[in-house]
Amino acid sequence: MTAQDIIFYLLAAFTLVTGFLAVTTTKIFRSAIFLLFSLIGIAGIYFWLEYEFIAAVQIIVYVGGIVVLIIFSIFLTQEAGSNLPDTALSKKITGGLAVVFGFGFTLLQVLQHKFIGTTEQGIEPNVANIGNRMLGVNEFGYSLPFEVVSILLLAAMVGCIVIALKKPAEK
Amino acid sequence: MFEKLSLSLIPLLPLLSFLLLGLFGRKVFKNFSGIIGTGALLASAGLSLSTAYNYFFVSGKVDGVYQKITALKITWLEFSPGVSIDIGILLDPISVMMLVVVTFVSLMVHIYSLGYMKGEERFSTYYAFLGLFTFSMLGLVMSSNIFQIYIFWELVGVSSFLLIGYYFDKPSAVAAAKKAFIVTRFADLGFLIGILVLSFNAHTLDFETLIQRLTDPNSEYMRSAIAPAFLGLSSLTWGLVLVFIGGAGKSAMFPLHIWLPDAMEGPTPVSALIHAATMVVAGVFLVGRLFPIFAISCPGALELVAYTGAFSALFAAIIACTQTDIKRVLAYSTMSQIGYMMFALGVSGYGNEDGLGYMASMFHLFTHAMFKALLFLGAGAVIHFVHSNEMNDMGGLRKHMPITHITFLIACLAIAGVPPLAGFFSKEEILLAAFHHNKLIYGIALITSGITAFYMFRLYFTIFWGKEFHSHGEHHGEGGVVMMLPLILLSLGAAFAGFIPFSQLVTSDGKPFETVLHLGFSIAPVLLGLTGIFIALRFYKTQNDLSEKISSSLSGFYKSAYHKFYIDEVYLFITHKVIFNLLGKPAAWFDKTIVDGFINRLGSSSEKISEETKTLQSGQVQQYAAYFLAGAIGLGIIFIYVLTLK
Amino acid sequence: MTGIGLSHILVVSIALFFIGVYGFLTRRNMIMMLMSIELILNSVNLNFIAFNKYLWANKMDGLFFTIFIIAIAAAEAAVAIAIIINLYRSHKSIDVEDASDLKF
Repeated sequence: MTAQDIIFYLLAAFTLVTGFLAVTTTKIFRSAIFLLFSLIGIAGIYFWLEYEFIAAVQIIVYVGGIVVLIIFSIFLTQEAGSNLPDTALSKKITGGLAVVFGFGFTLLQVLQHKFIGTTEQGIEPNVANIGNRMLGVNEFGYSLPFEVVSILLLAAMVGCIVIALKKPAEK
Repeated sequence: MFEKLSLSLIPLLPLLSFLLLGLFGRKVFKNFSGIIGTGALLASAGLSLSTAYNYFFVSGKVDGVYQKITALKITWLEFSPGVSIDIGILLDPISVMMLVVVTFVSLMVHIYSLGYMKGEERFSTYYAFLGLFTFSMLGLVMSSNIFQIYIFWELVGVSSFLLIGYYFDKPSAVAAAKKAFIVTRFADLGFLIGILVLSFNAHTLDFETLIQRLTDPNSEYMRSAIAPAFLGLSSLTWGLVLVFIGGAGKSAMFPLHIWLPDAMEGPTPVSALIHAATMVVAGVFLVGRLFPIFAISCPGALELVAYTGAFSALFAAIIACTQTDIKRVLAYSTMSQIGYMMFALGVSGYGNEDGLGYMASMFHLFTHAMFKALLFLGAGAVIHFVHSNEMNDMGGLRKHMPITHITFLIACLAIAGVPPLAGFFSKEEILLAAFHHNKLIYGIALITSGITAFYMFRLYFTIFWGKEFHSHGEHHGEGGVVMMLPLILLSLGAAFAGFIPFSQLVTSDGKPFETVLHLGFSIAPVLLGLTGIFIALRFYKTQNDLSEKISSSLSGFYKSAYHKFYIDEVYLFITHKVIFNLLGKPAAWFDKTIVDGFINRLGSSSEKISEETKTLQSGQVQQYAAYFLAGAIGLGIIFIYVLTLK
Repeated sequence: MTGIGLSHILVVSIALFFIGVYGFLTRRNMIMMLMSIELILNSVNLNFIAFNKYLWANKMDGLFFTIFIIAIAAAEAAVAIAIIINLYRSHKSIDVEDASDLKF
């Protein structure tokens, strides 16, 4: 077992444990913080896989954007620090069973499956390549989805504003 | 020769009057309804008289034989080539005779009702129903097709039901209407099956073809029809017996007679028209219509007709002696007289002199219509005057109502068979026919004629003689000219109808023959009749206790006759105790728990299922997610393990 | 060369996915559910990256999918939080079991 392996196992364990704590802890603020750690763990795995750009995006968008957004919304809607209402045991059991079964089933399929990869020369996932591809208009280019996603983001922004806008007091 | 238009107008005019009065009578015509109905019927009666004249004396006879003329035929519903329900008009001696009887009696009743029903709230409805009845009866007698006759048969039943139940606020009238409807319906079931059996064998519904095919012994239809089919009898016999059951139901033959006395709950003119003169003889007419088949192909069925008729005649006559409601006496008398007609048909043969019984039956039908309608209308006048149906409330009315008295007397003499009134002639022919063919029936008929004379004069003396009538409160004369005119006209008919040479006109095969009156033969029935009259005179002319002595000495028999031999009770026992308990209740149970239960369970279970599935849509997003997850995993399992693509 | 292969990463990603599912199914707070969804999305992202690296190194499809998913997740989170805040205004609660008006 190399140091790389050990680092991977540590990252994986960190991610899963914090993720599990994030969905089980009773204090919502802690939960958000555990989520933050879990997302950082995933970013770590990206680093480990040598996809530095994605790891950076992960940290910027998730950790810097979404989690902060969630924390703000917690502040807006919750009394921070108070315990969340406990879930019904039956719900926990059924949910747990469904999850364990689904997990086992999926795991079985994945382990049974034999993946065949390509033998061709790989492309270095550095920023230059990503940038060229993302804005490229040739057959490997992604400028069209890029534009679509930008429209989507615009629409989502407008939508958020409209939804969250305080309605003028009705007569 | 015969104009289709004028022939069709005979039944259509009363129908028109029914439609007009039924739709607009109460709002538009009101008190003119009677005039409209009567006018329509007057035209119809005129047309049928001219038709009868035309048929009998001008163009009906070809080579000395009265023809069967199909004057109109519209194919209405064709099942297969040759088998179709037609609406047509068939003219032959009996249908033409019936046209005259129906329209004449109906006209009399229409006129009479102008006075009798005056001031009734549903005056125009009454006239509408009369129109409907007359239309159906005319359609019945003119039918050219056995299914057409069945249609009109049912229409007649419906109008009878409506008219019996005319006073629908009286529970007894409602019960009587229901009873009449159900009993005749029960019999009509037999008729319908009989029609199916006959037409199945003959491959036709048309009367002429039917009779022709089922009387020719060489035809293939005949051979299949007389082969033993069920319980050792041929299908032809079964068919005829079933048809006769239908006729017996309508004609109130024993044991299907129970509805007729109760039907007297209807207005009295209606009883005169429907339950004395016309509708109840429909059974006789039906047997007469199919008579060639009965007489030539199936004498066994004809025997049944004869014995049923004879027994009913005697049976009803005995009951009539004990009843105290005058209309019920007349009802039983009607039943008895129809019994006469039936057994006259039963003892008849086919063709020429053999057909004497047939001729006599039709003759009696004709004369009976006259004097029985007269009796009922006279009784109506009496009831109108006294305001009661009970004989005990009457007596000594001859001074108060002289015209009614005279006409009633004529009718009583006619029905008793006193010469030279109408009943004498027709009854003589019947007795003669019976004497030649069946001595037992002759004996029954003779006794019955004596009893008939007795109970009719019992009625007559108690109403018009006996104790003095003390009027309570106001009395309005006899009822005016509209009520007296029909009585007088009908009494003319009752007096002189016997002189019509029926054997020249209405015979079984259309060929006229001569009848001779055997004076010696007439002595016995006339003497018996006179004896009956004399006994009634002794008993009832003046108040005395002779009758009570006799009745108490015969107490058991008298009592059971008074209770109509408990036939009603037997029916009630059979229906309520046997059929309801053994068949009705299990059937009801089956219907309620199995049939209804199945449907109900279907409904409630689908309701329960939807109630359950409803909760699936709980609004709980997490539940939805769980279902979604389960579905996804389930689909995964199905696609990976079950539906493995190879 | 390391002994860690595709399947190791897939196992991590599956585990993370079902952790997210468990949270989604059991937590009643809507923000908690939103966070569970973020975990689920991340597990998917991890999958894409792993496939891209180990199986289709000559292409960058997985990578771009991940980028777009991140962008869409950001949009989704923003819209979801707007909805949650709006719901909180009208119901004074962001408990998912209280928001069951859409039924039957």
